[in-house]
Amino acid sequence: MLEIENLHVQYGNIEALHGISLHVKPGEMVTLLGANGAGKSTTLMSIMRLPPPEAPRVTQGRIMYKGIDLLPVPPHLVVAQHKIGLVPEGRRVFGNLTVLENLKLATYARKDTAQIHRDYERVFSLFPRLSDRKNQRVDTLSGGEQQMLATGRAFMCGADFILLDEPSMGLSPLLMQELFKVLMDLNQAGMTIFVVEQNAHIALKYAHRAYLMEAGQIVMEGKASELATNPEIQKAYLG
Amino acid sequence: MDIQSFFQNLINAMQWGSFYALIALGYTLVYGVLLLINFAHGDIFMVGAYIGFFVATFLLGSYAFHLPMILSPNVVFVLTLLITMILTAGVGVTLERVAYRPLRRRGAGRLYIVITALMAGLILENGNLALLGASRRAFPDLIEKVVYTIGGVTFTNVKIIVILAALGVFFLLETIVRKTKIGMAMRAISYDRVAVPLMGIPIDTVIVFTFILGSSMAALAGVLFVSAYPVLEPYMGAMIGWKAFIAAVVGGIGEIRGAFIGGFVLGFIEIFVAAVFPSTFRDLIAFGILLLFLSIKPTGIFGVARAQKI
Repeated sequence: MLEIENLHVQYGNIEALHGISLHVKPGEMVTLLGANGAGKSTTLMSIMRLPPPEAPRVTQGRIMYKGIDLLPVPPHLVVAQHKIGLVPEGRRVFGNLTVLENLKLATYARKDTAQIHRDYERVFSLFPRLSDRKNQRVDTLSGGEQQMLATGRAFMCGADFILLDEPSMGLSPLLMQELFKVLMDLNQAGMTIFVVEQNAHIALKYAHRAYLMEAGQIVMEGKASELATNPEIQKAYLG
Repeated sequence: MDIQSFFQNLINAMQWGSFYALIALGYTLVYGVLLLINFAHGDIFMVGAYIGFFVATFLLGSYAFHLPMILSPNVVFVLTLLITMILTAGVGVTLERVAYRPLRRRGAGRLYIVITALMAGLILENGNLALLGASRRAFPDLIEKVVYTIGGVTFTNVKIIVILAALGVFFLLETIVRKTKIGMAMRAISYDRVAVPLMGIPIDTVIVFTFILGSSMAALAGVLFVSAYPVLEPYMGAMIGWKAFIAAVVGGIGEIRGAFIGGFVLGFIEIFVAAVFPSTFRDLIAFGILLLFLSIKPTGIFGVARAQKI
């Protein structure tokens, strides 16, 4: 479904990714692990290149999605046409809008009214707390609720592939579990999921496969269960 | 001041407030979406008035090339308004595309874009001067002026039209921004521009829509203004543009109701200061009051302090 081949990325003159390759198959839940600054977010940002100054520059390699080269596609079309949803780092929900307005905005490019209504119901059943706060301004929500909204919002784009950037950041262990359980539910219902995480514990518990990044390179890959028992990883990331 | 002249001044204040409000709206909408103070906006008002002049005189058959039929002045007025709003929206969108978008694409700082806006305004003024000359033009009388007198207070139908137009625009825009998806996108951009494409929304579409709204409201103000005060000259947008900008800031820039309330507050202060003091004191005292107000509440009437983004 998603194939990244030999990707080199620069910020200014500094190369941040030194030729990484990875793939995600339909129906999989894959995680990309690594420490701060390893290049995990850069990898995600290369798939969905947001406007400057945040956009990294791809100097080599390619990103194919369902057989189509994603590199020339502007971010709003990655979402609207290719149906990839992104839950960005720090959630970035619209605090001056209500919960419902945030979700509604995500349906901007969609025309399938009947399916949109089913998707609203789905989001509210996955995250009952959002349902209670439908008409509340989002900047009054807790961090956990905002993370749920950001995930629901990506879902409302009509995505069949969701990318998440550090979803566990700032969440209590309990909320983390809750969020990953929802991701697992979504995944079992057919959603392909790619999670960038620093928290190897939780990501390896729920994902099928995992990649490990260090200093702009992929240094290890394999089944999540295998990585979880790998002594090196246990020492460095599962401590 | 007796009650009669109070109401007389009140109506004048509402008319001027309406002009300021309609122009202030363009400043506030663009600021809300781009955090850009579009200093060319006062000159868009001027361009609107000139486009209105040429559309109206064309429809009246003043040129060698003219319509095959004769339209009544009222029909000409309505057509002039609509055509002028569309054409001026085109000017505003062109300005955005030619002057602001290339800078935005390159990630230029806000200061550079604001300076570009100032220059764009000067180019519009002086381009007009170069093309059409310095001589003033008189806007044709399209609306037959009717003067009403109620209890000693006199007012014209033009004043009523101006005030009703401003109120109508206010409710229309509030509805667009509150209820439609593109309106929500405008509010979302002001909060976090980078996250908007993640919703599948092309930012440029929202920006173009914003310029269409702002410029067409400036055109509406321009045609109404020259219908009330029928003199056109290239610098007519400069002073009223500055005042409308101040009105937008006093109301709380970025807020639609702020632009309206700010516009009316400025209209009221100006008219009532002039009613009490010699008219040469008008702007001095009016802006003194506004300065004092802003020093107490720098975010304006409806504005909330927010972290500078972008």
